[in-house]
Amino acid sequence: MRTVDPSSGGKTAPRSAKFVTWQEAFGAAKQREAPFETVSCEPVPPLVTQDDVADLDAENEIGLPGQFPFTRGPYASMYRTRLWTMRQFAGFGTAADTNARYKYLLERGQDGLSVAFDLPTLMGYDADHEHSLGEVGRCGVAISSLQDMETLFDGIPLGEVTTSMTINSPAAIIWAMYLVTAQKQGWKLDQLGGTTQNDILKEYIAQKEYIFPPEPSMRLVVDTMEYAAKHVPRWHPVSISGYHIREAGSTAVQELAFTLADGFAYVEACLERGMDVDAFAPRLSHFFNSHVDFFEEIAKFRAARRIYAKRMRDKYGAKKERSMTLRFHTQTAGCSLTAQQPYNNLVRTAWEALAGVLGGTQSLHTNSMDETYALPTENAVKLALRTQQLIAYESGVANTIDPLAGSWFVEDLTNKMERGAEEIFAQIDEMGGVVAAIEKGWFQREIARSAYQFQREVEAGRQVIVGVNKFVEEGEDDTIELLEISMDKENEQVERVKKLRAERSAPKVEEALARIRKDAEGGVNLMPAFMQASEAYATLGEMTDVLRDVFGTYRETPTF
Amino acid sequence: MDEPIRVLVAKPGLDGHDRGAKVVAAALRDAGMEVIYGGLHQTPDAIVQMAVQEDVDVVGLSILSGAHMTLFPKVKELLDAAGAENVLLTGGGIISPDDMAGLEKLGVGKLFGPGSRLADLVDYIRAEVGQRRTAAGSA
Repeated sequence: MRTVDPSSGGKTAPRSAKFVTWQEAFGAAKQREAPFETVSCEPVPPLVTQDDVADLDAENEIGLPGQFPFTRGPYASMYRTRLWTMRQFAGFGTAADTNARYKYLLERGQDGLSVAFDLPTLMGYDADHEHSLGEVGRCGVAISSLQDMETLFDGIPLGEVTTSMTINSPAAIIWAMYLVTAQKQGWKLDQLGGTTQNDILKEYIAQKEYIFPPEPSMRLVVDTMEYAAKHVPRWHPVSISGYHIREAGSTAVQELAFTLADGFAYVEACLERGMDVDAFAPRLSHFFNSHVDFFEEIAKFRAARRIYAKRMRDKYGAKKERSMTLRFHTQTAGCSLTAQQPYNNLVRTAWEALAGVLGGTQSLHTNSMDETYALPTENAVKLALRTQQLIAYESGVANTIDPLAGSWFVEDLTNKMERGAEEIFAQIDEMGGVVAAIEKGWFQREIARSAYQFQREVEAGRQVIVGVNKFVEEGEDDTIELLEISMDKENEQVERVKKLRAERSAPKVEEALARIRKDAEGGVNLMPAFMQASEAYATLGEMTDVLRDVFGTYRETPTF
Repeated sequence: MDEPIRVLVAKPGLDGHDRGAKVVAAALRDAGMEVIYGGLHQTPDAIVQMAVQEDVDVVGLSILSGAHMTLFPKVKELLDAAGAENVLLTGGGIISPDDMAGLEKLGVGKLFGPGSRLADLVDYIRAEVGQRRTAAGSA
């Protein structure tokens, strides 16, 4: 006889006669040939009953929305007051090309902007640097100076939209360019809302777009947090990101634990600088992946809020409720999409988005079906946006707050997520914290191991991916329209940077770069120096070069 | 064909997304090949130097940043210039079918996108290297 998975709740209390009867009937039934595990390769019980969550203190652990520990949501009224922000990540080619895409999205009902930068920008190089060859404008927009930033937001009132910027190593510099652009449009700093991703720790862990070593990188992050707290109070200076950790191959619980651990490392760094936790914590935000395993993801989001609230209050002494509430952006899982039968990606993305909404996300990006081939076409992006609008306005799921609360299965899974994360926090603490674990290559190895395990399960057919290892269509795949980015864009951008260098005031640039060096060496908050240099049209590459010189650069030891 | 196949897996350009490269490196190793993983942010010059020094049969590039139409041709050109035209240049990433066809015309081997099976990759490399070794032996 098969036995019920005892891991479903860890309960060994005597079971009712009815339960025993069910157990026998279940054991006698024929079962499908399937591993019954999540996409994270975790076993899933066939049934969870009230007994499995008998120990759960519902009043204190689940509670009510807008109340500690915020398991049910950060706000009392959630989507009854305001739906999530529909924010599609976009950027390609030159600033003018991307400006046109933003206007297209805003006209079709998108609420906020989200900037994707190209790799030279992400790595702090100007378009005309030798390392930028072939990369300019290809996976995002090329921003080499304030001039490009002004073009990017031309005709878009920055005091009226919120802008999220996916930028990390040079985040402080790019943010300075944004702030100056807004000031030149006539806005005051305290009118500006938005987010800079600015989560450098996950770069060492997963996405690998780092420039400087961890310590000076952390200092740059804290500089932005300090500046935001004093001068740009509506800004979220850091978006603590699990998305990339998951895309790199982690499991759901690794994503949860690694991400929260990174966030706590920033909290500790700010406390070390002498900042009051309630001065900066209300502006911290998070960013998670929503993968294909529906309930595992919902449990992950709910557990994230609970763990965060407890730690912020009990370990870091937060007093304000807003310092304890975890608010997050969600992006559907790019790594779950397939090149085969690309229309299937529309369907996957829809339920991944639904999981984000049922998990209580504050904003959402839905991937486009063509992104396993290229950056998305306008039409594909429109369908992705429409997916969110369909969920919001037709499905009815936004009418009731946290509708899955009290489901024995979901609550049990939420508890397991919390316990799993606590175990990982203990391992990280033992290694001496996040930075020490990065330097040991621990996160990187853990993620690579999970990624390879998953791929082997796919190869063996244990993890089914429709169109890839089941229901495969021989011969031609569906052909879909793809976006092409002209190779001329790179030359256009290179010429633009060269022309700018010839036309601007060289002494002003020299003076501003000298100030960056002085402030970097002197430990002064660098934001004012970056803003001065931006105004003088010093380029991103020039400013980053000064920092490379002062801080040094980072390389990881290649292992697989 | 007794000598183990030697493969250099590398990430050219600025792209840091290394999941695919690492999974492929581990799979080729488990298939009995000798794998050198070049790590991140390598220039085409550095990759070709490494390929020549390590005397590899295969160079596999992983590019998810959209720079493939520049980086693959550059590495191919440098391999040919270094007298390593017999080395199989293959790889994968986010690459459209049209671009894959275009690169194939330039002498780049088969490219593998998301959803490719590791077993297909291993079979392809074994078959290609086998042919190239036989051709080189009979020449």
